[in-house]
Amino acid sequence: MKKLNRRKKVIIWTVFLVLVFLCLYACGILIPEDVIASDFLDAKHMPSWKHPFGTDALGRDLFFRTLKGLSISITIGMIASAISAVIAILVGISVAVGSKPLDSLINWLIDLVMGIPHTILILLISFALGRGLKGLIIGIASTHWCSLARVIRGEVLQLRSQPYIAISRKLGKSSRWILVHHMLPHLLPQFFVGLILMFPHAILHEAAISFLGFGLPPEQSAIGIILSESMRYLSTGMWWTAVLPGLTLVCIVLLVDKIGEHLRKLIDPYSAQE
Amino acid sequence: MEQKKDALLKIQNLSVSFRRYNHGLEQENLQVVSDLDLTVYPGEIVAIAGSSGSGKSILASAILGILPNNAKVDGNLYFKGETLTPQLQQQLRGTKIALVPQSIAFLDPLMKIGKQVDGHRRPKPVQTRKALFARFGLPQEIQYLYPFQLSGGMARRVLVSTALISDAELILADEPTPGMSLDQALEALQMFREIADQGKGVVLITHDLDLAFEFADRVAVFYAGTTVETAPASDFKKGPDALRHPYSKALWHALPQNGFHPIEGFQPYAGNLPPACLFAPRCPYATEKCRTQAPLLREVRGGEVRCYYGA
Amino acid sequence: MIQRLIRIFITNSLKMISLLLAVSIISFILVCASPIDPVQQYIFSLGTAVSPQQRAEIEEYWGVNEPPVERYLNWLGEVLKGNLGESAIYRRPVADIIGQRFLNSLALMISAWILSGLIGFALGCVMGLYQDRALDKILKKICYILSSIPTFWLGLLFLLIFSVWLGWFPSGFSSPIGVLSENVTVWQKIHHLILPALTLSLMSFSNIALHTRQKLIDVLHREYAQFARARGEGKWMLLRRHGLRNIMLPALTLQFASFAELFGGSVLAENVFSYPGLGSAVSAAGLNSDVPLLLGVTLLSTLFVCIGNMIANILYGIVDPQIREVHK
Repeated sequence: MKKLNRRKKVIIWTVFLVLVFLCLYACGILIPEDVIASDFLDAKHMPSWKHPFGTDALGRDLFFRTLKGLSISITIGMIASAISAVIAILVGISVAVGSKPLDSLINWLIDLVMGIPHTILILLISFALGRGLKGLIIGIASTHWCSLARVIRGEVLQLRSQPYIAISRKLGKSSRWILVHHMLPHLLPQFFVGLILMFPHAILHEAAISFLGFGLPPEQSAIGIILSESMRYLSTGMWWTAVLPGLTLVCIVLLVDKIGEHLRKLIDPYSAQE
Repeated sequence: MEQKKDALLKIQNLSVSFRRYNHGLEQENLQVVSDLDLTVYPGEIVAIAGSSGSGKSILASAILGILPNNAKVDGNLYFKGETLTPQLQQQLRGTKIALVPQSIAFLDPLMKIGKQVDGHRRPKPVQTRKALFARFGLPQEIQYLYPFQLSGGMARRVLVSTALISDAELILADEPTPGMSLDQALEALQMFREIADQGKGVVLITHDLDLAFEFADRVAVFYAGTTVETAPASDFKKGPDALRHPYSKALWHALPQNGFHPIEGFQPYAGNLPPACLFAPRCPYATEKCRTQAPLLREVRGGEVRCYYGA
Repeated sequence: MIQRLIRIFITNSLKMISLLLAVSIISFILVCASPIDPVQQYIFSLGTAVSPQQRAEIEEYWGVNEPPVERYLNWLGEVLKGNLGESAIYRRPVADIIGQRFLNSLALMISAWILSGLIGFALGCVMGLYQDRALDKILKKICYILSSIPTFWLGLLFLLIFSVWLGWFPSGFSSPIGVLSENVTVWQKIHHLILPALTLSLMSFSNIALHTRQKLIDVLHREYAQFARARGEGKWMLLRRHGLRNIMLPALTLQFASFAELFGGSVLAENVFSYPGLGSAVSAAGLNSDVPLLLGVTLLSTLFVCIGNMIANILYGIVDPQIREVHK
């Protein structure tokens, strides 16, 4: 009974957090462009009731710009981490085939991607693809799969040594049959949890790369761009342009992290004791 | 019996329970030691014998005051007549009361033997250590070795040295013999006999019943976290009729040389203890009284027994 | 022991060479795939100052008229000779720029690395000693929150608080503007280094702190810690005699293995604080299509990360045999 209650609590929390997240996301998407149009008469205002986050140097409302920017970041983060997680599971389960050279190759590949600082690699990919959305997504997707791939690889190696899998093999089941019936059910929870835990990292990297000027074009509202613009006005005392949007970003990242943690508790209660 | 006046260690009604959180919410108390009584006099070895899970090792930790935070201790502990408070325990640990651990797993794998035997107290007892090594026939050079470089016999003597380097009056030896050959075990126990003969008290925690009564003066039989009987070791040599508690008799019968007759049933698990006499569910002589009212420890023929019918 | 370490060293070196080669191929392909032609860009940025002869030199370096594989091999040969090409934005050999800026970056990264190591290790020890008490819980929360904060935003906050509001620190450049580089004192350099280093170390200590906490908790639950307690050792004595001894090397190993995050973080910190290191150079190179500089920094950063990993592996090789023999 008690166990159920606790589980229910976690479920309720998770649903609540997911709803908050979806609301923010939907708000960002639904904000029309004219709300964040520049209005020079209204520029450089401190936060007030009319503009909770104040306005920037061009008179754009920062609250709505931040929401808009977050929704862009979230979209990019979701697409990129989904691609990345798929790469991770493909790479991870290719170990299941049991070929030793393939496994060494995969390890080498992971070392390769881990060997270049992620920021540099994303920057390079973004540069190669002429900056913009495509470069950003491909860059983030191609750098974030490593740790999840390692986890899945470890899981596959462990599963492979399980007696029931050895028996299946002896019974003449094909590798593919074993993969689908015995391995995937164990791997899918890892996959989803890994996906969600990867997501905050993806958002942070997106923001960082946009901040450096390699992501979206400057007229977009991406959160990195807002913060990079704010840097120019810091010395003039426009603190709100940096503090509030950044704080919102941190909150979103913490929110998603929390959702991931809860989901892990639900899906995989034993590894989430800590 | 004039020894009785100055008991080194006296334990009365000791109970230890652990608070445990079940699935994060439900708090649960696990009673692992209940109403335990034990007295140790200088110059004697008291063996505590019982199967695994009877709470033997917890007892050593309780005496030393190093139980984990979630443990709750009730009852009275006296060391040389003084109540063992946490402050006193802190003072006595490693000075007057010393523990001899089971195996080299209790030595820091990355610390050299010399430093390890010396302990943390200052000034370093280097001379004492050298004398001890000489006495145990340990080469002095091993002070520069790491634990994993020691042979089994050496490790045993090093572990005993860690206790003797202090001038401890009470030595608690926790399962010193498992995993040893008979020769090694005899050697180890002989060491404890010598220590006791020098006037120290030794508590020998073991599940090797027959080894225990060869070397000990008295044997306390443990069952489900309590002492069911304390008897002179000689009674165990005499046979089941000299023993007082049905469990002790059953243990005697379970020894290989006495026919290897197992006792039916299982030792109750902490958290699921019988209401009164802990042995009642497995006892062939149990009556209604045993199931409703816990028997107290009483003196019978120079020993103590926790049973209404033991004689 | 020595033989083992040499073996680790050799296998790691071979791996490092293979990784560097792969990185050079990948980055070369990426740069070539870019819609921006390095030669055009370079000539464009030089404006009219370029003579036909110079133009021919540049074209030869990039092998414009050759097939891609030969272009790559040609470029690789030049790189191996130490010729990384000429930077378009700085109009100087890339090797010079990297050499000079790498020293700045190294000062930043080393100070942040040491600082984060010390803070992280100390906090990890405290958390481990006070496991599950209020202090531990609070510190753990802080670590989790810090790992969710973007480096550049923390840098912005520091800039705002310490430079703009309090005026304690300058807001950028590793030396005061308008002072000749020969006249910059060491103190001035350090003064400019503090904020970026602090930002960078705050971003990376939570990892080492959480790791150290877990390791210390493991150690404190081991039999030998239990025995030390039985001999009268208190919390801090336990930490001093057994804790540090058993968790120091794993922590150091982890810290060496974190060079990639360190470098990535320094790119952001340097950009926020306009610190003239490799990080600000690489983003400038990317934004201005300075291909030689971009390639040079990529290769160097890979080398840097690989060296960190190699040290971590060698350290691990030192700890490993003892632990393994104990478990035998």
